[in-house]
Amino acid sequence: MGGGSMRELLDDLDRWRNAGKRCVIGRVVGIEGSGPRDPGAAMAVNEDGEVVGSVSGGCVEGAVVAEALDMLREQSAAKVVTFGYSDDEAFAVGLTCGGTIHLFLQELS
Amino acid sequence: MNNVVYPELARRIRANEPTALVVVVDGPHTGATLLVSPDHPALGTLGDDELTRVAARDALGELEAGRTSTRNYGPRGQITPEDLADSPAVRVFIESFAPPPHMMIFGAVDFTSALARAAKLLGYRVTVCDARTVFATRRRFPMADDIMVAWPDEAFTKHGASLGASDAVCILTHDPKFDVPAIQGALRSSVGYIGVMGSRKTHAKRLERLVEVGVSPVDLARVMSPIGLDIGARTPEETAISICAEIIARRTGRAAQSLSATTGAIH
Repeated sequence: MGGGSMRELLDDLDRWRNAGKRCVIGRVVGIEGSGPRDPGAAMAVNEDGEVVGSVSGGCVEGAVVAEALDMLREQSAAKVVTFGYSDDEAFAVGLTCGGTIHLFLQELS
Repeated sequence: MNNVVYPELARRIRANEPTALVVVVDGPHTGATLLVSPDHPALGTLGDDELTRVAARDALGELEAGRTSTRNYGPRGQITPEDLADSPAVRVFIESFAPPPHMMIFGAVDFTSALARAAKLLGYRVTVCDARTVFATRRRFPMADDIMVAWPDEAFTKHGASLGASDAVCILTHDPKFDVPAIQGALRSSVGYIGVMGSRKTHAKRLERLVEVGVSPVDLARVMSPIGLDIGARTPEETAISICAEIIARRTGRAAQSLSATTGAIH
């Protein structure tokens, strides 16, 4: 798959864990319409804002980083966030391909 | 994902041990995580024992097929629509860390197209191989992941070493100059399923040829021919179902009767 699956995040996740850095993993758990990445595509964000992996080819990564940092700050529970044209939530971010992408964000504790 | 599941997931992925990561993405225990592999007891919990048991079982099935998917259950692992109707659903994401199984289909015929479609439905990576340039075309097999204009020897030189228990070779050519080397190539690999199309008469003649070229009786026993389960399939599409059903039944070791005629556990 390349470019960001759990397999490719492991080295960075281990490095962060060993350094005591908190981090959030975001994984694609669903796609509707044309999506750039299949379920399983993953990225991770640590408390310093360092980012590895990707979930969309660049369309939503910025919003995922902001959301992940909020989650770490507020110690929020794991949740699904949705990006795309059918999205009526607060995320004013879409995929250029017109698809909808569902991401599961969870802190790696 | 917690500090018990994550390190073990990382270890199994790095060791190329097939494993599936199961996480509740919506429901009473959102974030609860389970790790399953064929060779280990399940690690973690989804918050309810029965849900954990049912999801672990399904995840092993997805892992065997190399699939990643989302499934809905009742809060106690219920799976039937009747049981789910009264309960809020628990959405579970199952991610398989394993290469998808590979089906190599020899012969670019009508049956190939239907079989390739059925194989894609089951999550296979599909290679279609035929030596005839006019038949082995992308236009005829848009669903195939890979189309090889090649003789069987070349196809097995490329893919033979990577074939394993969850992979399949289906030989649909009906042409001995192609069938025999394809069967020999498949037998030299560790592929889990070898099926060859042809009438019983064709099969009998082919057996003679294979014996002539030195194929041993033990090896011949690996070859499923005529191909497919006896469900009375006639069309290419029905035949594709019959072949895929045989592959599943061989993998699970089942006798493939109707469930209504048997009494044991379904899974």
